[in-house]
Amino acid sequence: MAAVAIQAENLDKWFGEGEARTYAVRQVNFTVPFGQMFYIVGPSGSGKTTLLSMISGILRPNGGRVVVAGEDIWRLSPDALATFRLHTLGFVFQDYHLFPRLTTLENVAIPLILQRWEWSKAMAAAQEMLAVVGLQDRGELRPMQLSGGEQQRVAIARALVAKPTIIVFDEPTASLDGATGKMIIGFVKHDILNDHRCILIVTHDNRIFPYADQMLHMEDGAVVKLDTGGSLEK
Amino acid sequence: MKGLFTLAFKLLVNDRGKFAALIIGITFAMFLMVQLTSIFAGILQKASANIINLGARVWIMDPAVNNPLNSIPLPDTVLAAVRSIDGVAYAVPVYSGASLVKLNNGTYQPVTVIGLDDTTLVGRPQLLEGKIEDIYGENAFIVIKDQEYVKLGNPTLGTTFELNDHRGVIVGIAQVTTSGLFGMPTLYTTYGRAIQYIPTQRFTAAYILVEPKSEADIPHIKAQVAALGYLALTKEEFIHRVSNYYKFQTGVGTNILIMTVTSFLVGLSISGQTFYTFVLENLDKFGALKAIGAKNRELIYMILFQAGFTGLTGYGLGVGLSSLLINIAVRKVPGYAGTITFFNLGLALMMLLIIVCFSSYIAARKIIRVEPFEIFRG
Ligand SMILES: Nc1ncnc2c1ncn2[C@@H]1O[C@H](COP(=O)(O)OP(=O)(O)OP(=O)(O)O)[C@@H](O)[C@H]1O
Ligand SMILES: [Mg+2]
Repeated sequence: MAAVAIQAENLDKWFGEGEARTYAVRQVNFTVPFGQMFYIVGPSGSGKTTLLSMISGILRPNGGRVVVAGEDIWRLSPDALATFRLHTLGFVFQDYHLFPRLTTLENVAIPLILQRWEWSKAMAAAQEMLAVVGLQDRGELRPMQLSGGEQQRVAIARALVAKPTIIVFDEPTASLDGATGKMIIGFVKHDILNDHRCILIVTHDNRIFPYADQMLHMEDGAVVKLDTGGSLEK
Repeated sequence: MKGLFTLAFKLLVNDRGKFAALIIGITFAMFLMVQLTSIFAGILQKASANIINLGARVWIMDPAVNNPLNSIPLPDTVLAAVRSIDGVAYAVPVYSGASLVKLNNGTYQPVTVIGLDDTTLVGRPQLLEGKIEDIYGENAFIVIKDQEYVKLGNPTLGTTFELNDHRGVIVGIAQVTTSGLFGMPTLYTTYGRAIQYIPTQRFTAAYILVEPKSEADIPHIKAQVAALGYLALTKEEFIHRVSNYYKFQTGVGTNILIMTVTSFLVGLSISGQTFYTFVLENLDKFGALKAIGAKNRELIYMILFQAGFTGLTGYGLGVGLSSLLINIAVRKVPGYAGTITFFNLGLALMMLLIIVCFSSYIAARKIIRVEPFEIFRG
């Protein structure tokens, strides 16, 4: 079996205290090796985003452990954790969150700028990454001048530019039409995923289920089923 | 860090509307602040014109004097007593009073007359035309060539006029560093002639000007003068006393203060409001940056850089605009009171720093509080 990318152990997360305490995630365990597309699926409110946030070092669990690329991330200091995210993880948010006042190219370069790259070098690397997602001639446009699918690809380019090993997608196809959604996830599976990477996807969208290598089904914060039948892609 | 600042800069200036509002708001606030305080400084400087021009180290006056315009005459016995104080190098009387001059064309013009001690001429102005000794000539007066000079009909050497039915003749044209606040031309003559020509009370000296043997003698002189029942002030203290009079005993100071505070508040609210809106509009992006791995510290540096950049630009523009206007006004408007002092600039800079810190603070507070998890949740 390939090296472990992500290991979640007995993860708990609750909100509120005392009477009002409600579990968003309860006793979740799973392991993802490198080279896989790992899906977290389930009905609304089942705890998918909460789980994804804990795995990606954004939301501190109330209990349990998360080991990402060999690092027990919740034992890191907040600054060390931020640095770890910056170098190891790439994020694609549902609403992209691109700066409307920056060009596409500048938006893509942001993780490199945060890594203290020189401006011109960061721009050159961002340009290369835009080419990877097929937007090499859109660098000077503002995000608003792009279509939804193109914006999604810009967000992917931003997530990939610092060459992270773990890439996290939250509802990547929610704002896209079916065909575009499938195209983008297909692209991610074929061109982004490799043996040294692991991709986590939270989704409702069953049209992209076929790309999954493992699928974690959640309900009311708990895991109800883990499909590990290998790639379901036809 | 340079990259982060470039990023901050682009985020700032690419939002043209907000950037323009910020720059205009801060420029305007800074302009008003510098302008108002400069006008006040100009008024204060002109109000102390005699003190500055006569240049004596120590001034002795009635304790009730708070403004050089309403000097209270001192008895001659004070002069004698002051001269006998240890540490006094010399002490001379000076006359300062207002009078009416009848010009050759028959019109009247109020003037300030300064009478210098006959033997020493302490406080003499710098002559542009004529010789200082001519002040001893018959009916001799020296006119100061300042913005009020034209009101005497641009007199030349030899021009005559009447002063309380006495004949007067211009024997010298001189300049002084500061012209007065009250728009009156100034004539210099000897102390003796001044009290002869201008009806006075029994007492005649407006002030006694003292030159101490050394700076160290000043406290002793002040104590001795106080024992006589009079007040001895150094030049700086006297100027300060006059300033305080205008600041606290007239409406001028209060009004300038109110206006300055108002422009400060305008600048503060425009800048604070704009930065707050800027952060609010981009809050989700800042949250995304935090998720990606930006530290709060870095985001705060970015905000500080933006606030500092707009602040300093606005300060530069505001100060520049103000100096330009004051420069033009001084040249075009006779008697215009306005001086940009380092104190004014420092004050405006301090106000600016408060504006910058306040704007950064409310923006940064918002950024620190945003949880990347909330960004994920949408
Ligand atoms: N900050 C919070 N305070 C209180 N409850 C919260 C908070 N965040 C999440 N929850 C609760 O935790 C549960 C799981 O939320 P989560 O956002 O993870 O669901 P989800 O599976 O991502 O849903 P969706 O598909 O609608 O995005 C929900 O019941 C939600 O109300
Ligand atoms: Mg969710």
